[in-house]
Amino acid sequence: MRRPTEEPAWLRWLLCLLAVAVLGVFLVLPLAAVFAEAFRRGVAPALAALGDPDALAAIRLTLLVAAIAVPVNLVGGVAAAWAIAKFDFPGRRLLTTLIELPFSVSPVISGLVYVLVFGAQGWLGPWLEERGIQVVFALPGLVLATIFVTFPFVARTVIPLMQEQGRTEEEAAATLGAGGWRMAWHVTLPNIRWALLSGVLLCNARAMGEFGAVSVVSGHVRGETNTMPLHIEILYNEYQFVAAFAVAGLLALLALLTLAAKSLLERA
Amino acid sequence: MRRRDALPGLGLALGVTWLWLGLIVLVPLAALAIRPWELGLAGVWASVTEPRVLASLRLSFGAALVAALVDLPLGLLVAWVVVRYRFPGRRVLDAAIDLPFALPTAVAGLALTALYAPNGWLGAPLAALGVKVAFTPLGVAVALAFVGLPFIVRMVEPVLRDLGPEAEEAAATLGATRWQAWRLVVLPALGPALVAGVGLAFARAVGEYGSVIFIAGNRPMESEIAPLLIVARLEQYDYAGAAALGLALLLLSFALLLVFGAMQRRLRRGLP
Repeated sequence: MRRPTEEPAWLRWLLCLLAVAVLGVFLVLPLAAVFAEAFRRGVAPALAALGDPDALAAIRLTLLVAAIAVPVNLVGGVAAAWAIAKFDFPGRRLLTTLIELPFSVSPVISGLVYVLVFGAQGWLGPWLEERGIQVVFALPGLVLATIFVTFPFVARTVIPLMQEQGRTEEEAAATLGAGGWRMAWHVTLPNIRWALLSGVLLCNARAMGEFGAVSVVSGHVRGETNTMPLHIEILYNEYQFVAAFAVAGLLALLALLTLAAKSLLERA
Repeated sequence: MRRRDALPGLGLALGVTWLWLGLIVLVPLAALAIRPWELGLAGVWASVTEPRVLASLRLSFGAALVAALVDLPLGLLVAWVVVRYRFPGRRVLDAAIDLPFALPTAVAGLALTALYAPNGWLGAPLAALGVKVAFTPLGVAVALAFVGLPFIVRMVEPVLRDLGPEAEEAAATLGATRWQAWRLVVLPALGPALVAGVGLAFARAVGEYGSVIFIAGNRPMESEIAPLLIVARLEQYDYAGAAALGLALLLLSFALLLVFGAMQRRLRRGLP
């Protein structure tokens, strides 16, 4: 006999099927469409699109931007987590709120704010132009916009864990005479390494896939300031659909790997 | 005298944090708050009340609300199934929920356009029924529902897990049917989380760009979202106008988050 807090079996199966159908139509079908469109004319044209010099330049630039943006947010995020999780100080709640702020800002606005500061008519525009420094429509602008949109990832994955662990282990290390760096290296980091890795992975996935913010600061110079997502848009607008979906497929693959790794880390 | 803390590094950590926060987030956002006023108060007002701007704001907020409300029952269903039932493939289902978080927005936009275009896998059968999705406001809502779904599932899941069966057992002992227990015990307990999830999905959808612009068709006054209009103004070097619209969009979404926060607190009153 079924327990009074259980639904009848037919209803359970119906709900499961409905949930699978919702996720299938809503999430999996779009993903399948990417790969179907990419391989519409077979494997060779899709691979050729990835070997195109402009595509290779876009892949290189995407990797470079992520390689700068992710470490910056890693250092900032860990510093913020150390202060917020292990200490009590005036302004702690304000700081926590401010760190989450970039998540509630539209990606377009995240790019716009840097144009307002560094663009030709921005606050620092004339000063930078005199010195021949380009920020907007160049690598620094792409990096800044990417740091902005991926800002909270590391901090928000590490802070809850560090708060839960408290400070007893670090205090014990201090009592035994460990210095700050030694304590961080031998006690704190090993305790948070999986959460840290998970935060870095999410940060990296967003950094490589960001579109709106970098689109505003990029200027779309082919082979120079186009990241992979921007390259996809150009190909699509030129009706090179197979090429556009091939590059999109590569990014989708990155997303799938990130999800798989995150799922594994959560079990670890 | 202040007692020295047993743990070192607060000063250094706070220094690094405020430097990082200030340079990357606070100073640039200050530019957004200050630049619009170059136009003067009347200029800012005129710039954000142009008919084309108002139409884009209506679309951005309207489609975001529709999408969040569509996501509400779907997210609740998925969360319920993942937490309460054991079935083959549950793990994969659980991991797949985060797909819209991990998939780059431009890829999502392209994929949804291919799917819902008049010759797409879903677009063709829908077109036969007389429903046009791609390149209409409905397409905007579909894209926004895609990006918003995980917010609701991930807000509801932990609450549902903590709820446990005890309250429902008590209800059953007192003679409640399964449906009554669900409606009178489970649903009220999930209320605050549902509202929070809808709020997050809504806020995210209002500013969404990459997943929308491919499927929207971007016709002025009809299927043009507000973030796209910001980009259009920037391309014409209308910095102040772009900043005015950006500031308006940001303030409207913050106001929205406050409203959802207040609703959450109201619903939480009366809960254990």
